[in-house]
Amino acid sequence: MTLHIPLVYYLIVAAALFCIGLFGALARKNAIAVLMGIELMLNAVNINLVAFWRYGSPNPVSNQAGIVFALFVITLAAAEAAVGLALVIAVYRSRDTVNVEEIDLLKW
Amino acid sequence: MDITGIVAQLVFGLVAVLTLVAGFLTVTFRNVFHAGLALVGTFFGVAAIYLMLEAEFLAVVQVLIYIGAIAVLILFAIMLTRGLMQSETSNINKQWAWAALAIATLFLGMFLIILQVPWVHSGGAVYLDITPFLGTQLLTTYLLPFEVVSVLLLAALVGAFIIARE
Repeated sequence: MTLHIPLVYYLIVAAALFCIGLFGALARKNAIAVLMGIELMLNAVNINLVAFWRYGSPNPVSNQAGIVFALFVITLAAAEAAVGLALVIAVYRSRDTVNVEEIDLLKW
Repeated sequence: MDITGIVAQLVFGLVAVLTLVAGFLTVTFRNVFHAGLALVGTFFGVAAIYLMLEAEFLAVVQVLIYIGAIAVLILFAIMLTRGLMQSETSNINKQWAWAALAIATLFLGMFLIILQVPWVHSGGAVYLDITPFLGTQLLTTYLLPFEVVSVLLLAALVGAFIIARE
C-alpha cells in the first residue's frame, strides 16, 4: 500500500510542517510556544528520515538505519523538552514572565 | 490506477491535511493551552504518517513518547506559567511578517528542489514483522550510540530536575 504514494508527497508534507514549526519558533512570544514550534520541526525531520528509509533502501527490513535515527531524534527531543521546560519554569520563578521579549537580561 | 492506490492516496491526503491544519493551529492559537492541544493533534497525524510508511513500531513510540510524555510535560508547564495564557495582547511578536516572508521563500525553494530531484523508488517489500530486526540492529550495529543516548537522557533528566528545583 505504501508505494502507491510517491515519495515527493511525503517530502512536501514534511517541508510544510517544518516551515510551520519554524514560524512558531521565530514569531511566538511565549517561550513554551517557541518550544512547541521546535517540536514540530523535529517531527517534520523524522517524517523525512522514515520516508527515505522506506523508499530509498533496497532492503528495508535488514537495514533499518532510518528508523534507528528517528528513534534517537525522539529521545533527544524528550531530553530537549525536559531541559527547556525546566529552564522556562526557572525563568518564570525569578522574572515572573515567560514572554521571550521581556527576558532580555543579557541583551545590552 | 487500481482501487487500492486511490484509497491509499485519499487516506494520505486526509492525514496530511489534518496534520498540517493542526500544526498551523498550534502556531496561531492565541491561547497557549489550546495550542498545546492542537500540538497533540499534530503528533497523532505524524503517527498516522508513520503507519502509512509501514513503521508501526515508530508510530507506537510516537504516541507513547510524544503524546504520553512530551505533550503532557508541555501542558503541565503551560499550567504552571499562567503569564500569557489569557492575554488580550497579540501572541505574535513584531517581526512576524519578516519571519513569514523568509519562511515562505524557504518553503518555495524546498518545494522546487523536491520537485526537480529525480528520486529513486527502490524500496523493497516489507512483508513480515520488522520490529525484531530493529531490536537486533539497535543492540548490535548501533549499540554505542544507544548507550551514549541513554546516558545523555539520564543527564538531561537530572539536569532538568536540578534547574527546576527551588
